[in-house]
Amino acid sequence: MSELGIPGQVVEAVENEEPATGVRRMVLNMGPQHPSTHGVLRLKLELDGETILKCQPDIGYLHTGIEKEFEVKNYQQAVTLTDRCDYLAPLSNNLGYCLAVEKLLGLEIPPQAQWTRVMLTELTRLNSHLVWLGTHAIDIGAMSVFLYCFREREDILRIFEMFSGQRMMTSYFRIGGLALEPPRGWQQRVKRFVDVFPSRVDEYEDLLTNNRIWIGRTRGVGKLPLEDMLDLGVTGPMLRAAGLKVDARKNEPYSSYDKFDFEVPTRTENDVYARYQVRIEEMRQSARIVKQALEGMPSGPWKADAPHVVLPDREKMKTQMEALIYHFKIVTEGFRVPEGEVFQVIESPRGELGFYVVSDGTAHPYRVHMRVPSFGNLQAVPAMVQGTLIADVIAGIGSTDFVLGDVDR
Amino acid sequence: MLPEPLRERAVALAVEAFDADAITAGKYDRNELTLEIAPGKIVSVCGFLKYDQKFVRLSTVTAVDRYPVEPRFEVVYHLRSLERNERVRLKCRLRGADPVIESVTSVWAGANWYEREVFDLFGIRFLNHPDLRRIMMPDDWEGHPLRKDYPITGQRV
Repeated sequence: MSELGIPGQVVEAVENEEPATGVRRMVLNMGPQHPSTHGVLRLKLELDGETILKCQPDIGYLHTGIEKEFEVKNYQQAVTLTDRCDYLAPLSNNLGYCLAVEKLLGLEIPPQAQWTRVMLTELTRLNSHLVWLGTHAIDIGAMSVFLYCFREREDILRIFEMFSGQRMMTSYFRIGGLALEPPRGWQQRVKRFVDVFPSRVDEYEDLLTNNRIWIGRTRGVGKLPLEDMLDLGVTGPMLRAAGLKVDARKNEPYSSYDKFDFEVPTRTENDVYARYQVRIEEMRQSARIVKQALEGMPSGPWKADAPHVVLPDREKMKTQMEALIYHFKIVTEGFRVPEGEVFQVIESPRGELGFYVVSDGTAHPYRVHMRVPSFGNLQAVPAMVQGTLIADVIAGIGSTDFVLGDVDR
Repeated sequence: MLPEPLRERAVALAVEAFDADAITAGKYDRNELTLEIAPGKIVSVCGFLKYDQKFVRLSTVTAVDRYPVEPRFEVVYHLRSLERNERVRLKCRLRGADPVIESVTSVWAGANWYEREVFDLFGIRFLNHPDLRRIMMPDDWEGHPLRKDYPITGQRV
């Protein structure tokens, strides 16, 4: 479908113009199985020729009731649910949830765990941006970028596997610290990756940044006024591509992000190309953060000193009765969390990810609501694409970078 | 009447000055401000917070079911001000029988989907909402899954 469009051309909005005859109006279902909708999204498009008169997203195909599921898991078990929402950024979700519950518990997380969390979350950001770049480019017709991106993504997934034993659904962050001790030799592995990664970003840029077709398909496409974006709940790189310097890592620092030196890239053009530039620059900045974390990694414990929350060491369990009792209690009942409610926000690769956790003092969350970035970003798609060409929808939704697992939950 | 701990929060004082009856309760806990708003005043308070107090973003709208306690539902709004780098949480309590509240879509267009989600999963109706349909569940679904009296497993017969 993407070949049909005229690259880069934006047709003026025809909202108020009724077509002379009703005959030309056509309704087209894009999805739920369309490859460029990245998951199961159905867009109901009303067309006049190739111009979109109306766009209605239909979501919910991936609704799995995760928020309901939270209520029957105990707090630690529920970490695994967060992975499965935004499956391209599982560790960001882990982090948001863990921080929220830790805030309720009033837990102090040791520096090494915090820094490892930062490092792995930034690798997650790279992972997510690589998938975004690869698929976004493939939608627009640049096949080879995808293969380059997945080469580096494979390295990142191997690092995740080294840490947690899992490539995607890592659940590596736990309430109170990390799931396992960082593995031996991770430094070399991560170092090898971040040393070459900036040159790999140069490679992607060689393929795309000055590519005439890429520019033709993306520049001036998918514009949306900043006020509308704020109104509709858009967050993350899309806002930054519209010139607004917002980033929870800077504005509301968590997990010792304030100790890292990095820039928040912005652009003002507010089109698909600008969003591409912002994300490319974010990749470079994330690599910088990973490097700083690698070089300055503090030593010390990797889990909090809170025996009522964190599982004891295996060794201690064999020698100390108390440790054994704690282990038994935590595994069978879980731990109780003081009554209260928190809304913890982090910057996920897609934007503002918030966890609203309500506790009633038992071992199970009373209610968990996820404020997911994809949901707000997707809501802006109709405003973005109405009045443009059908081929621009592909570029537009690609630049929005939503994950349907995240939208539907 | 503003509860004592809220006297130090500028936002709470501003809302109090705007409408003395709007805040029914509130707390400042774990560095987060919660204001309980009388359900009838939610739109005017949101409008005031957005246009006068610079809370330009509506982060999310959701609900909590306190079944079997009455008033059963809490509709929760998270607002974000970029300029002041602050957040505030608004909460409206609704009774379990026919829960209805005014929609804030007139203040933030983005409330549309969030309110649809609450409607779908909790069965709370929003008045003057432009498009109040189910969003996650199929259109012919019966019941509202996130209510506490909705079973977690089982089969429809």
